[in-house]
Amino acid sequence: MIAWQLPAALAAALFLLGLLGLLARRSLVFVLMSIEIMVNATGLLFITAGMRWGNPDGQVMLIFVLNLAGAELALGLILILRLRARLTTLDGDAATLLRDT
Amino acid sequence: MNVAFCAAAAVTLVTTALAITRANAVHALLYFVVSLLGMAVIFFALGAPFAAALEVIVYAGAIVVLFLFVVMMLSLDRAAALRERSWMARSVWVLPAVFVALLGGALARAVFATAGGAVAPQVITPQAVGLRLFTTDLGAVELASMLLLASLVGAFHLGRK
Repeated sequence: MIAWQLPAALAAALFLLGLLGLLARRSLVFVLMSIEIMVNATGLLFITAGMRWGNPDGQVMLIFVLNLAGAELALGLILILRLRARLTTLDGDAATLLRDT
Repeated sequence: MNVAFCAAAAVTLVTTALAITRANAVHALLYFVVSLLGMAVIFFALGAPFAAALEVIVYAGAIVVLFLFVVMMLSLDRAAALRERSWMARSVWVLPAVFVALLGGALARAVFATAGGAVAPQVITPQAVGLRLFTTDLGAVELASMLLLASLVGAFHLGRK
């Protein structure tokens, strides 16, 4: 038997670790990875809630979370590649020129 | 089951902490893969084997490997790792750590102040998940397919030379 608070607290801890990485890191690769960590923590919380009530909805929501993570990561990675080609750096602070070519 | 959960939780926490503090992006992603495998063990211990399989196949197998390929395409060298390390000065972590600790205190209070209760000890089979997914949640499946199509078109457009 596992008390439901344990996986919920783990999900919160992972989310906070991801948030810490998101706030503290400057490299866009690590920013994107931190977002993935946070999305993944959300998935764990869905599974925990689903299993707490013995309901398949948690796993159904995990499938949608994975879907969202894949869609978001594809666009994020292509944006990193474009930024790297244009600015020749991965520094998020360097992207300040919001204008047309 | 509880032992498996605790061991996997420890592995996941430690490898995630390592992943966000590495200077080398490839090392960080490999730690992230280990943390995802630990997460799959947790799902299995909670009684969600289908979610555990999806976590390994889709997340660790497809999403993070795609990430790894793109990081390799960026061809980050030793100089990049050194610059990365210079961006990670100790002072940079202080303010985010304070905010995260505040939020963490609030979350811990919210989680542990509520009524207890164990995770139901049964296993939810893939059959039950599929039944729910393709009957009552069919509209959401269609929306997910549209999201993937939009992401595909967007990635194609942005990736064009």
